Amino acid sequence: MGLKEYTYTEKIDTRSGFGVGLAENGDLNDNVVALCADLTGSLKMNAFKDAHPERFFQIGIAEANMMGIAAGMTIGGKIPFTGTFANFSTGRVYDQIRQSIAYSHKNVKICASHAGITLGEDGATHQILEDLGLMKMLPGMTVINTCDFEQTRKATHAIAAHNGPVYLRFGRPAVPNFTNDLPFKIGKGILLQEGIDVTLVATGHLVWEALESAKSLHNQGISAEVINIHTIKPLDDALILQSAKKTGAVVSCEEHNYLGGLGESIARVLAEQHPTPQAFVATQDTFGESGTPAQLMEKYGLNAAAIVRKAKEVLAKKA
Amino acid sequence: MASIESIQTLLPQVRRDILRMVHQVNSGHPGGSLGCAEFFVALYQHVMDYSTDFSMDGKNEDLFFLSNGHISPVFYSVLARSGFFPVSELATFRKLNSRLQGHPTTHEGLPGIRIASGSLGQGLSVAIGAAETKKLNNDKYLVYSLHGDGELQEGQNWEAIMYAAGKGIDNLISTIDYNKQQIDGSTDDVLPLGDVSAKLEAFGWNVINVEKGNDVAAILAGFEAAKAASGKQKPVAILLHTVMGNGVDYMMHTHAWHGKAPNDEQLAIGLAQNEETLGDY
Repeated sequence: MGLKEYTYTEKIDTRSGFGVGLAENGDLNDNVVALCADLTGSLKMNAFKDAHPERFFQIGIAEANMMGIAAGMTIGGKIPFTGTFANFSTGRVYDQIRQSIAYSHKNVKICASHAGITLGEDGATHQILEDLGLMKMLPGMTVINTCDFEQTRKATHAIAAHNGPVYLRFGRPAVPNFTNDLPFKIGKGILLQEGIDVTLVATGHLVWEALESAKSLHNQGISAEVINIHTIKPLDDALILQSAKKTGAVVSCEEHNYLGGLGESIARVLAEQHPTPQAFVATQDTFGESGTPAQLMEKYGLNAAAIVRKAKEVLAKKA
Repeated sequence: MASIESIQTLLPQVRRDILRMVHQVNSGHPGGSLGCAEFFVALYQHVMDYSTDFSMDGKNEDLFFLSNGHISPVFYSVLARSGFFPVSELATFRKLNSRLQGHPTTHEGLPGIRIASGSLGQGLSVAIGAAETKKLNNDKYLVYSLHGDGELQEGQNWEAIMYAAGKGIDNLISTIDYNKQQIDGSTDDVLPLGDVSAKLEAFGWNVINVEKGNDVAAILAGFEAAKAASGKQKPVAILLHTVMGNGVDYMMHTHAWHGKAPNDEQLAIGLAQNEETLGDY
């Protein structure tokens, strides 16, 4: 089976896709408002701010207040997008999100940059690897982790049109922008590569790595199917099950703790409906540390080489 | 807009509702509820301009947010007695499958509730957000909120207090139930609040002290002053000096009834002190 070729013209950060998507939505819909906790530049929110200053709210370094204000702003029809780092978008304000946004079912879009270990040199205080778990456990919360600039831009449009609370996770490093021709629909995974031996289910920055690992596996005679799950919740159970039934082996790939992340969601689906050997490319219940993104992805086993290793491990367990 | 006389008629009935609700399920928070009965009745019967044909968006009407959600009994009683939902529904308070949850929530769709509250310290931020949206919508109506004084120990309040002053949120009137009591004792014993009035003023708020916080005429005068102070680039606070448990003698001037229901005998004493004016639910 031949490999589908994915190409890209540039490497660019996913947060820039959010910035462009937010500004576009600001032009399209007067009800879109943006709130930021003193990280306007880091979140690429300047284009929105410059175009719509009356709808941009600088909250200051007060994330709890930002979440409450966002919840309140929905009353009267606004669609608030909050912007800060993933760490300060989730763990720091979990109870505010839980009560004022999730339980109250407010139409707030929690947009979180610098997620995961690829934040790099700032170190573990800022590198949250637990946010997907925190957010997916909240009833009614939609959870999305995008893989490149274009997917993030499209996701920003999709969540603006979606009625209900959303957590949108993206990041800092420049990564290949390759999804220009791919559709984006909340809750709908994307089959990137067809294969028969093993299924690689990837999210976020690990998607490109999974495509690279599929090439490497192909050269070693292993046919890998690659699925991009951008929506962690609601999960595209059908696409994952269909592939697992075909290949009989699954590797989940994510820049997140193996506890609470995409991998556990997949394991639940498989355990309930089609028990299948699974390996986890994820951090192993640890905090991160300072370093370059590439160094950290290597050390914590989050790159293409790590996916190849895990694929072989899980293949050995196939019945 | 109700007359002061009709407000006075409603008050003992609201107190009876509170006592009977918490007694029936042997749980809930009568102390703070009773202390704020006059405030709620004045707000919903005289001060606010609103529709009982409830819409979540609440455009072109005044809005109210309860931050200290544990005083839900008084909120539910006054909402029902103001026409938001049938008075008979008060009998479902804290029971299975009820819209009247222990703490107020939008989750079951109870008319009159626009945010869940109970985990303390979040309501002021929410009220500010609603006030910002009113400004964006050119909606000239006001946003009201109520907060416990002990609740000011939550740090989020001070983020919100700083924001409201810094950003000139002047379509907001936030009242603090200044009864100086909390679960574990007096606020002075638990964690002194200091000079709340001076602190709010130092942050840039316009502060109106209502010394007789259980006197309807004094409350209405406070609201009049607050409304007159709105629209002037500063948020407005009412420091409402109340007595926890007001209207039931053995519950007054103590934190003991913050979150404790009366037994049969205590209920009878409380009801005897408050005449059934409009019919029990």
